[in-house]
Amino acid sequence: MEPITTVTSTSIPLMRENIDTDQIIPKQFLKNILKVGYGKNLFFDWRYVAPNKPNPDFILNKPERQGAEILVTGDNFGCGSSREHAVWALKDWGFKVVIAGGYSDIFYMNSTKNGVLAIILPEDQRKILAAVAPDAEITVDLPNQEVRYEDYTFPFDIDPLWKHKFINGLDDIAITMGYEDQIENYEANIPSYN
Amino acid sequence: MQQTMFDKLWNRHVISGKPGEPQLIYVDLHLLHEVTSPQAFEGLRENNRQVRRTDKTFATMDHNVPTKDIFNVQDAISRKQIETLAKNAKDFNIRLAGMGHEDQGIIHVVGPQLGLTQPGMVIVCGDSHTATHGAFGSIAFGIGTSEVEHVLATQTIWQTKPKTMGIHVHGKLPHGVYAKDIIMGIIAREGVAFGTGNAVEMYGDTIENMSMEERMTLCNMGIEGGAKMCMVKPDQTTFDYVAGRKYAPKNMDKAIEDWKQYYTDSPEAFDQVIDFDVSNLAPFISWGTNPGMSVPVDQKLPEIKNDDDQKAYDYVGLHPGEEATDIPIQFIFFGSCTNGRLSDLKIAASILKGHHIAEGMQALVVPGSRAIKKAAEKMGIDQIFKDAGCEWREPGCSACLGMNPDQVPAGLHCASTSNRNFEGRQGAGSRTHLASPAMVAYAAINGHFVDIRKEEA
Repeated sequence: MEPITTVTSTSIPLMRENIDTDQIIPKQFLKNILKVGYGKNLFFDWRYVAPNKPNPDFILNKPERQGAEILVTGDNFGCGSSREHAVWALKDWGFKVVIAGGYSDIFYMNSTKNGVLAIILPEDQRKILAAVAPDAEITVDLPNQEVRYEDYTFPFDIDPLWKHKFINGLDDIAITMGYEDQIENYEANIPSYN
Repeated sequence: MQQTMFDKLWNRHVISGKPGEPQLIYVDLHLLHEVTSPQAFEGLRENNRQVRRTDKTFATMDHNVPTKDIFNVQDAISRKQIETLAKNAKDFNIRLAGMGHEDQGIIHVVGPQLGLTQPGMVIVCGDSHTATHGAFGSIAFGIGTSEVEHVLATQTIWQTKPKTMGIHVHGKLPHGVYAKDIIMGIIAREGVAFGTGNAVEMYGDTIENMSMEERMTLCNMGIEGGAKMCMVKPDQTTFDYVAGRKYAPKNMDKAIEDWKQYYTDSPEAFDQVIDFDVSNLAPFISWGTNPGMSVPVDQKLPEIKNDDDQKAYDYVGLHPGEEATDIPIQFIFFGSCTNGRLSDLKIAASILKGHHIAEGMQALVVPGSRAIKKAAEKMGIDQIFKDAGCEWREPGCSACLGMNPDQVPAGLHCASTSNRNFEGRQGAGSRTHLASPAMVAYAAINGHFVDIRKEEA
């Protein structure tokens, strides 16, 4: 996992509530066996009016929005299907940070495994961020747990363990393998019904 | 201190860490399917890691499988995923119910059917409808592919303990009203995110009187209300269901003695309790583009309250104030991990018997597993569906999400026994209306929904 500390970037607002993972990446793109290459199909049904024909009105397709690394969105983002492809698609497109009112539990966990920082801010603060100009930059400062834009500073919460993993880009499995003795001890005490 | 069933289950599975922080939790059963596992196995290979407990891991194929000619997977990428799972299972020595295997089917149907799913377990799978297994009094939840890899390598998972919520479900279900209507009614009232961050337990006399298949329907759709997990206390109904199945404990008495400790001491132990009286509940139909956008069958479609409602109406081509029973239905889907079990097919068949589906309508019947298909055929249920004009298919996820060729054509309204009515879920431009198998069966005959409470028992 790539470390993530401070992201300063332009942003894209997509202020709908309950954006489900079927919308983020539809089922026809789940058939790959790789973790990359999903970005071109991110928000596919909204993004294209026909195959290879982008919808010019959809914000991800606007020339002035290209290169944005921060997505500002509504409540309950990433609900529905558990597909991690949703996070891979956001990441592959170039998003490093999502700022929403809340997340489904599975989407949130998936984001922590892929170095996509999922932040929760209240609606009034997100409305301010959603209104920033296409060329204006927002700063997301993970060490200080702040989102900054012009004179605004919005603090956010994050679990210390996830924060540590993000900043250091740590591989979960390697960490867990350090618990081998405890896992073995647990297994030795599982009751048998045979 | 009073504890919930969830607290007892959780505490028993903690390997390391304190409450309030991510804790390392032991996994008793890891279920796999072909869509969310390839990258996990690739990760193991890249790091030269093994599957820690192949005896606690089980795989089947469901999302991509064709339901017409199962061995003829025409989509090259679907075929690649299926072949990849077969290779991964072989390379890593994992039990696999592959294409055509007698145990093959939707993973959440197969686990319980084989007795793999048992009370007291922590069960994970790279699929959000893993919630289903909570019906047995287990902690069961969907995970992402990175977590699949983590569980394969370590048989554990990092999780922060969720809050607890009790839903007291009480009253006698009226004629024509089913488990599906209860969970749709709860989500319609409480919203699609009411359960986020919560371990939800459903309890009360209504639940106690339910079969395991009904409890599975209920827990299956807990995730549509955002619940991290959804569970029911194990009781004699649960024990009777598990006993004698292929992978059931050999010493059932010993197992039951252990499982009986899983119950909530008192509702006061929950962080939050909500009440749901079913005695006047009506059958529900979804009209919009998430499972919370639904109405009782005898009501009109709701007013537009926000942008999302407007977008949903635009997508489904309906209008506020229309009668729910006036929605024209052109496509029918019986199946899915929500309502693709034998009891669901029996209910639908009993209604379709001696009738024919409406003119011009296409109806798919997709049993949840090969075992269900065989059992239904033995009972002659397949013939009832065929005589009614339905297509009797091979088991799989099918048109619930249309990863295989079973898709609802754009613009058509589908009455579906599945769990999600998201935009494009059943096919680009498809318009899904979720309902119980009985409601869908009557809609098949009439070409629109009817208030089945008025039909004869």
